Amino acid sequence: MSKKRETHTHVKMIGSIVLVLAGLALLVAFLLQGKNVALFHPRGMIAHEQLRLMLVTGGLLLVVAVPTLVLLFSTAWKYRESNHRSMHDPHVRYSKLLAVGMWLIPSTFMALLAFIMWPATHKLEPQKPIAADVKPLTVQVVSLPWKWLFIYPDQNIATINHLQLPVDTPVRLQLTADEMPMSSFWVPNLAGMLYAMTGHSNTLHLIANTPGDYPGSSAEINGAGFAGMKFTARVGSSEDFSRWIDTVRASGRPLDAAEYEKLLKPSENHPGALYSAAETGMYDKVLMKYMDPSGSEGHMHHGAHHE
Amino acid sequence: MKEFLLGKLDAHALPHEWFTIGGTAAFILGAALIIGLITWKKRWTWLWKEWLTSVDPKKIGIMYFIVAGFMLLRGGLDAIMIWLQQALSSGDSYGYLSADHFQQIFTAHGNIMVFFVAMAFIFGLINYIVPLQIGARDLASPFLNTLGFWLYVAGVVMVNMFFALGGEYAATGWLAIAPLSGTQFSPGVGVDYWIWSLQVSGIGTTLGAINFIMTILKMRAPGMTLWKMPLFTWGSLCSMIMAVTVFPLLTATLFLLFFDRYLGMHFFTTDLGGNAMMYTNLIWMWGHPEVYILMLPAFGVFSEIVSTFSRKRMAYYKSNILGMLGVSAFALSVWLHHFFTMGAGANVNAFFGVMTMIIAIPTSVLVFTWIATMYKGRIRFGVPMLWFLGFIGVFSVGGLAGVLLAVPPADFQLHNSLFLVAHFHTMVIGGVLFGIFAGINYWFPKIAGFRLNERIGRYAFWCWIVGFMMSFIPMYTLGIMGATRRLDHYDASTGWQPFYVLMLIGGIIIMIGVALQLVQIIASIMQKQRLRDTTGDPWDGRTLEWATSSPPPPYNLAVIPEITSRDAFFEFKQRGGLPRAKYEAIHMPKNTAAGIYISAFAFLASFAFVWHITWLIVVGIVGIIVCFIARTFNDDLEYTLSAAEVEKIEKNRLKDVRSEPRQGRDDDEDMGLWEFIKIVVTWALGLIGIRRRSHGN
Ligand code: HEM
Ligand SMILES: [Cu+2]
Repeated sequence: MSKKRETHTHVKMIGSIVLVLAGLALLVAFLLQGKNVALFHPRGMIAHEQLRLMLVTGGLLLVVAVPTLVLLFSTAWKYRESNHRSMHDPHVRYSKLLAVGMWLIPSTFMALLAFIMWPATHKLEPQKPIAADVKPLTVQVVSLPWKWLFIYPDQNIATINHLQLPVDTPVRLQLTADEMPMSSFWVPNLAGMLYAMTGHSNTLHLIANTPGDYPGSSAEINGAGFAGMKFTARVGSSEDFSRWIDTVRASGRPLDAAEYEKLLKPSENHPGALYSAAETGMYDKVLMKYMDPSGSEGHMHHGAHHE
Repeated sequence: MKEFLLGKLDAHALPHEWFTIGGTAAFILGAALIIGLITWKKRWTWLWKEWLTSVDPKKIGIMYFIVAGFMLLRGGLDAIMIWLQQALSSGDSYGYLSADHFQQIFTAHGNIMVFFVAMAFIFGLINYIVPLQIGARDLASPFLNTLGFWLYVAGVVMVNMFFALGGEYAATGWLAIAPLSGTQFSPGVGVDYWIWSLQVSGIGTTLGAINFIMTILKMRAPGMTLWKMPLFTWGSLCSMIMAVTVFPLLTATLFLLFFDRYLGMHFFTTDLGGNAMMYTNLIWMWGHPEVYILMLPAFGVFSEIVSTFSRKRMAYYKSNILGMLGVSAFALSVWLHHFFTMGAGANVNAFFGVMTMIIAIPTSVLVFTWIATMYKGRIRFGVPMLWFLGFIGVFSVGGLAGVLLAVPPADFQLHNSLFLVAHFHTMVIGGVLFGIFAGINYWFPKIAGFRLNERIGRYAFWCWIVGFMMSFIPMYTLGIMGATRRLDHYDASTGWQPFYVLMLIGGIIIMIGVALQLVQIIASIMQKQRLRDTTGDPWDGRTLEWATSSPPPPYNLAVIPEITSRDAFFEFKQRGGLPRAKYEAIHMPKNTAAGIYISAFAFLASFAFVWHITWLIVVGIVGIIVCFIARTFNDDLEYTLSAAEVEKIEKNRLKDVRSEPRQGRDDDEDMGLWEFIKIVVTWALGLIGIRRRSHGN
């Protein structure tokens, strides 16, 4: 390679590196500033802890990855064939230290990560109740084609595609589905997702610490209406919450068996609805519909006496 | 009667939408063109005898490449359609696709890319290279190999069959997760096409894998112990062992789903005791290892390239192998990380999180062995090496994202988001596909007899890298913004649209890269005299595949040498060439059409299963059995090349061999893009000119 061509290559390389770094800086700035960046703008303790864990893990990973990558690319460049200044040695010099080290270094880091990850997984397990002085609010969530039904058993009301929550109050969400494939309940500003499945009740604990409207959706594909299966999680003060309960109770119709049958009919981009009352035990009835009374699984003709 | 004859097939199944009509027409036109061309050139006998019925793994490898190449274009078109819809479909605009159609497209895209592109290219490389690398003449069972290939082809036809009959593919995602894939939610034939295209090609994969394990274990050149085996062969061995371990599981799972759909059983249904979670478990017990089945041979490709292009022996060879073995072993025990969010509880999740992190350890060791190999080497930045460097950059990002996803609380936020989609594309494209491209550029001279144009190869590489960054950095970002995967529409208030548009632009740049790869091949063919590899050893290679001519004779090596070290060919070159020995008669397997017939019957049977045509099912299955029996009773399976014939072929070939290997990169003779365009335009103008003149007459 001629001297001139080499300088040219250098300029090109440095230029690209600067460009990439500038792009990365821009990206980080966007992630930190953008109000739409749900995961970087947690509005509840759980989502907050999840973000912290991601950043700690990510940071630790970069500590190993960046030097490794720099080492790799600079080695490749330094020992290019046209570089007559660097030493070439066609023989592999075996070093026991290196042989052990290349296993030890990543192992150490992964062990460190595992030590962070194990307790964090237990702490942030969605089934684990959140400790607080306030009495937790229970909401029962049913994935219906293609809308979310929220039942407030203690308040005895229900809604479609609207989840009202009081701020700073632990929430216990019970999740199931009816006449729906697996769905995944997700409000990224508040907490990670959990599957909602027929015949199965999953529990997701979360808490909202900042008032506001947060988008929620199904993160698992579940048929043609999947993209439109959205809801709003609205977080307000506890006064807002009681006031909202009163309005719901005063408005509209109750959710009875007939109305529920209607909800089971597929509909897309459902605008939402409020129900002044909900039949007691509705959630359990939905669950029971899919339960095999004998408790065994996989038999062909089992449970035929349901009908 | 009609139902007896045609099952559920009726006039509705015929194409009546723009995409089914278009697809069918395109396929018919394409087929007509090819058939016409072959008939015109009177090449049918040649095609049948030399190619279709061939049992030569080199020819089968090339056929894999050709089919996989077309499927890459087909899957790429799907990708652009997906991104176009997503770039358009925000707020009041709903794009140009219905939700259902959109879901079919990404399902087909995923299946085609994994099964019919990545797997096929990997099988192509293994077919062509492994026997050469281990100094084998053919395979343990040449027949199983053609059968595997033709079953793959049957799968390819099956996955595209819905265009012509049925009009719908599965709209379930590439793994057809239950209960969405049950008849309750997917009553049409789409999922049945899905089941049978994977079933047929999956069985082909299992057969191929058994065959290659036997070949690698039993048919190595004398003296080549396992610890002297080239790393690509090692990667392939690990991969094939994983394949025989988990592909039967896929077969079984697909059968259970099929029983649910065809016989009305309740393994995975919502009602009557069905357990859909079981399906998720089973499919991922196969699905996670599957990604490493693709990855390990690619690791092997990179090891070969790094060593050759650094002009050094592979450093820490045994660590590299232990790394690959470690990856294979642990890959079997991490599947649950694909559904932390199903709610198995903290202990289970944390356990599988740890197992997943452990995989990152052997993977990093591989990277360290590559660095150690480059250290103090003389590195040539040929196109294969560029793909290696690109792979390292992209794959590391994907690997970091992977470890992040292995932390269950983080995964609760990232699962099923575009972050996850970006993770596995950085792995599968950056790892597997780049590995395939690197391998094709590296071994092309061996396969074709002339090397590929380096200059246009570099342009293609840079288009891929830039396009890839432009699509997948926004994709990671969208994941962090809370965008879930597989959305056919989203609200304008989400602020996602600019990123989707960037992804589309990136995708178009990638497509330009693909086009340039085609141009690269065409330009190389145009210049093939100048790019010809007369030595058989264009890169100063180290392993046995470079010890024979390019392209190699049917029997690979005329005299199989005694191997005393790894990098066997390099050692021989140091000592002045391959040891001379007397030529002996060589026994070679005869061509057979049995694989084609069996696959054709398998295709008929699965088609009949899709449409419930009982008599055709019987015909298909009986046909398969009869062909197998006929094949078993045929014991005229070999032919012999006499020592004199071998000598004649070898003399001819040695005449052409220039003994000194080429030094460095001499791509000044490669035509650039402008030159290519000029030639093509001149040629096209010439065509028009000729036509004008004939009009004038
Ligand atoms: C360091 C190595 C790797 C780690 C730690 C890792 C980790 C993970 C995890 C935890 C998931 C599940 C995420 C989720 O569903 O929420 C995942 C998904 C996936 N990974 Fe990886 N991975 C690695 C390497 C690879 C490789 C080499 C490939 C392909 C060649 C790959 C392809 C995929 C695919 C296809 C999916 C998900 C597909 C789907 O859900 O449809 N990964 N990976
Ligand atoms: Cu996995």
